[in-house]
Amino acid sequence: MSDIHAVSSGSKKQPRVSARVLRWIAAALGLCLALLWSMPLIWSLIASLRPASEPFARGQIWFGSALSLGNYLRAFSLAPFALYFRNTLILVVMVLAVQLVTSSLAAFAFSFYRFRGERILFTLILTQMMIPTVALLVPNFQTIRVLGLYDHIAAMAVPFWGSAFGVFLLRQSFLGIPRDYGDAALVDGCSWYRILWHIYLPMATPAVIAFSISSINWHWNSLLWPLIITRSDASRPLTVGLARFTQLGEIGAQWGLMSAATLIVALPLVVLFLIFQKRFMEGYMSSGLK
Amino acid sequence: MIRKSHPLLPYLLILPTLVFVLIFTVYPSISSIVGSLYQHRLNIPKYRDPQFFGLGNYRDLFESQQFRLIMSNTVRYVVVLVPAMVVASLFLALWLRKKRFARLRVAIFHPTILPMVSAATIWLFFFTPDYGLFNSFLRLFGYSGPENWIGNPDMALWAMVIVAFWKDTGFYMIFYLAGVQNLPKDVYEALEIEGAGPVITFFRFTLPLLRRTTLFVTTVAVIGAFRTVDHVFVMTQGGPSERSSLLLYHLWQVRFESLNVGQASAITVILILVLLMFTIANFIFSEGRSKDV
Repeated sequence: MSDIHAVSSGSKKQPRVSARVLRWIAAALGLCLALLWSMPLIWSLIASLRPASEPFARGQIWFGSALSLGNYLRAFSLAPFALYFRNTLILVVMVLAVQLVTSSLAAFAFSFYRFRGERILFTLILTQMMIPTVALLVPNFQTIRVLGLYDHIAAMAVPFWGSAFGVFLLRQSFLGIPRDYGDAALVDGCSWYRILWHIYLPMATPAVIAFSISSINWHWNSLLWPLIITRSDASRPLTVGLARFTQLGEIGAQWGLMSAATLIVALPLVVLFLIFQKRFMEGYMSSGLK
Repeated sequence: MIRKSHPLLPYLLILPTLVFVLIFTVYPSISSIVGSLYQHRLNIPKYRDPQFFGLGNYRDLFESQQFRLIMSNTVRYVVVLVPAMVVASLFLALWLRKKRFARLRVAIFHPTILPMVSAATIWLFFFTPDYGLFNSFLRLFGYSGPENWIGNPDMALWAMVIVAFWKDTGFYMIFYLAGVQNLPKDVYEALEIEGAGPVITFFRFTLPLLRRTTLFVTTVAVIGAFRTVDHVFVMTQGGPSERSSLLLYHLWQVRFESLNVGQASAITVILILVLLMFTIANFIFSEGRSKDV
């Protein structure tokens, strides 16, 4: 504490004006930084709308030629992005729907009941948070082959149908709900699933949303596992489609086209994010901290 | 009471999750350990059926120049990336914590939701020699070094670091923002009245008070760094001459390009051990947090 007193007499006299100037500088610098940070997205948005490829060679896309959707149309004609889009959508829904059911059932058990082996079982499930599935791609690839799911959309989803993170997050949220609610309902003759459906899940909505957002985001964006487990366009998701697209010889260095393809993959989530940005950020925050 | 009449119910509720965790986490972890003890190579007829190899796969790995290079790449990647992200995210959170900066925070955070494939494709252009935006920007500040970041053996790895830094810093900033909001306001009011300078306030109060968050962010960032490889796939494919290859990318190569299943299992085990180390550290550090729930 003594240090503070030593400083106090000097800095207290600092004029107010400099504090305001500092605030303005901080704000201006912050704006510059934010612009710099957004540059890749802004650049690709403009690049995707510039028709010819000459402006890129001059590093000049900001002014000049007219805007058009030509690159998007060409991207769609060169690769089956509509199909990839469908696959990604199916994948994301397939993962989330099952995860929500399995996780809420398990979380309910872990928060509402006392039973033997509770701790051991919970720890066993938590191992999934310690060893990310992506690290286990070698044996999981084998398992999927044995199950006969190779190159099916389901193959990308199945390993994630049990979610330790979902169980963990929902359980934390369920534990915050007063026991009396459930107990009273039990005495009234309510079945467990009605308690879960009508009391627990509604009260845990923020956690459910947080989990859903991170699950959708994660699986929409994942590359490595889908890359390994899909072989045909019929099952490929957007990310794998894009990775292959950019490696096509004829596409090379056609930046407008590549930007368009890039944004086809990214835009749906970006738009959702811009609409629900607060939810997204809160979702991520609670998903990590609780 | 009523609960006792369904002694099996909680187990049944857990069963679905448990089955998937057992099949896709517990079993594969064990089978990796077992598989790593076998010589199993799909492209060599003699070893198409696994043959016991003891610790041979591990010995081969550690004797291989290539694997040592990849380990060193991975360590350098993590050791540079993680502290840079932690410091930057803390700094940004403190800088942008005020409500009026909410829009700027969104700008910093947005790369988090972009697919790494997309981000990497965009950055591919940024790093293009000659007219790439990244170099053009650096030239404004008098940069005149080698320009082909991705094709330059000494810079390809740092290009990966830059992309990951840009993508994930905003994500970790969110955790610091949460931490900053929980800082005791009265302490800061008192400090202001006392007239404590910003440097002392930061090192004496803010930093120690955010210790938990820092530990959390650090371990999560380390684990994240180990499992992010999409940019390597898109931008360099590990090149030039493996100089930007990371452990997880190498695992993919060994399994799906060299078709060496045994060695891939050994790499999996090494990866699991590293990740476990940091996750357990994280669990220990954040135990206090979960206890008061």
